[in-house]
Amino acid sequence: MIDQLLAPFEFEFFRNGLAVATLAGALCGLVGVYVVLKGMSYIGHGLSHAIFGGFAASALLGVNVLLGAGVWGAASALMISGVTRRRVIGADAAIGVITTASFALGIALFAVFGGAGGSFDAALFGSVLGVGSADVWAVAAVWVFALAVVVLRYRALLFTTFDPEVAGVSGVATARVDALLMLVLAASILASMRVLGVTLIAAILVIPATVARMLTSSFAHMLVGATAIGAVCGFVGMNLSYHLDVQSGPTIVLVGATVFAGVFVATRQRGPAGG
Amino acid sequence: MNGRPHREGDRLVELRQLTCAYRSAPVLVDVDLTVAPGQFSGVVGPSGSGKTTLLKAVLGTVGPRSGSVWRRPGLALAYVPQVETVDWSFPVTVDECVLMARTTRRLVPWASRDERAEVAEVLERLGIGELGDRHIRQLSGGQQQRVFIARALLARPQLLLMDEPTSGVDVKTRHELLHLLNDLNAQGLSIVVTTHDLNGLAAHLPHLVCLNQRVMGAGAPRDVLTADVLERTYGAEMEVLEHGGMPVVVDRYPGPSNVVPLRRSAAT
Repeated sequence: MIDQLLAPFEFEFFRNGLAVATLAGALCGLVGVYVVLKGMSYIGHGLSHAIFGGFAASALLGVNVLLGAGVWGAASALMISGVTRRRVIGADAAIGVITTASFALGIALFAVFGGAGGSFDAALFGSVLGVGSADVWAVAAVWVFALAVVVLRYRALLFTTFDPEVAGVSGVATARVDALLMLVLAASILASMRVLGVTLIAAILVIPATVARMLTSSFAHMLVGATAIGAVCGFVGMNLSYHLDVQSGPTIVLVGATVFAGVFVATRQRGPAGG
Repeated sequence: MNGRPHREGDRLVELRQLTCAYRSAPVLVDVDLTVAPGQFSGVVGPSGSGKTTLLKAVLGTVGPRSGSVWRRPGLALAYVPQVETVDWSFPVTVDECVLMARTTRRLVPWASRDERAEVAEVLERLGIGELGDRHIRQLSGGQQQRVFIARALLARPQLLLMDEPTSGVDVKTRHELLHLLNDLNAQGLSIVVTTHDLNGLAAHLPHLVCLNQRVMGAGAPRDVLTADVLERTYGAEMEVLEHGGMPVVVDRYPGPSNVVPLRRSAAT
């Protein structure tokens, strides 16, 4: 039994995939706290789809995928941030247009130029195959960047998330803080896309934070809890992915959904912590 | 707040011929007002009269369409929003909420020893010293207001702006809040509150502004809580009685005879 569980650790691609999944789960858990509390779940979902357009364009143009999709993702994130702040049209409608158009462009590019069937599926649903040490370093670098932003701008992020209007009049540069958060979100999606897949990444942004919210009434504890839950989902999900021979994205999401259901049932008598 | 001219040293904020609008609809029209150091003013008026916009114009979050807003250079402002706008399910404890006011950057997210002592001191001062670890939703209406006042005070403001501080609170809590604000004002803090509560709050304040897009009256409650000013402010007939030396405003209902008329047993 133990031998069976440890068997995949012989393979370097699995060890790399497991490291990326665990780090990506923790990263999405951490960033997801802000996504959930700011009511940005739809932005997270849309942004992951928008980045797919950049991924497709980079793959076909022969540009480094992380670089190309990263520039595309950052541009999409800043555009979404600008549109949601201006409130000229409904934010959900604007995000829907920007992100689904980018996603559609990605699909169209693959359809017209073809030749990338494997990477197409991997981008949509996540895959452990082909994950190399460069991917581990990339997600680790984004993890350090996100952690640095959360630690160094802790109060500004908290104040802007809780009460942006009062934060603004209290001297917090809320537009800059929002833009920084969008860049962290875009970088996190980009780094996690390989193993989680663009269609499923929103779930890992939302589930760990939501579970942590049900367990604590403290913001600081929610950050730590969501990070830990995300890491556990990534680790367990990647192991299950190997043993069940199912793509990594769906298994990680299903592990998260199971944790959510368990905590929801266990806490339903008392409602959200502190409530 | 009042309409008379001040020397620069006598004022914290001055609005001159201020007109504000959302898109094409004007919300404030030709408003002239001054906030002096140590002043404690209430702004009253019907829903949509521009009370919150007036506060936001002072804060600088709503810009003038015409006219001007002058703030004393370096003026420290703090704002307590309506409690209805607060997300009470947000996972923050009282300590975390109050500490938001410390916007200075630190290399670590947790509070320093000095900051913790400051938070404890301000919570103690407001009578909620033992509630630091509680989630904000676990507090009563009055305690919730005090948390947001504590957050505002931690920023060491010279002028505190509060939007409907007694909205939805019971009589006892309203009395406690009024005492608290009076104490803070006596310690030198200038305060401007908006309120719908003419008898429970406005009549007890030293200075009132009646607002309905324009300033309909400004001065001591005895001078502005008159039938004429109130009718121009609210567009409805009201009667002003006197009870224990204080003005008491009652509706004068001109409707059909099958509606029971208001009793005036409390009147002198």
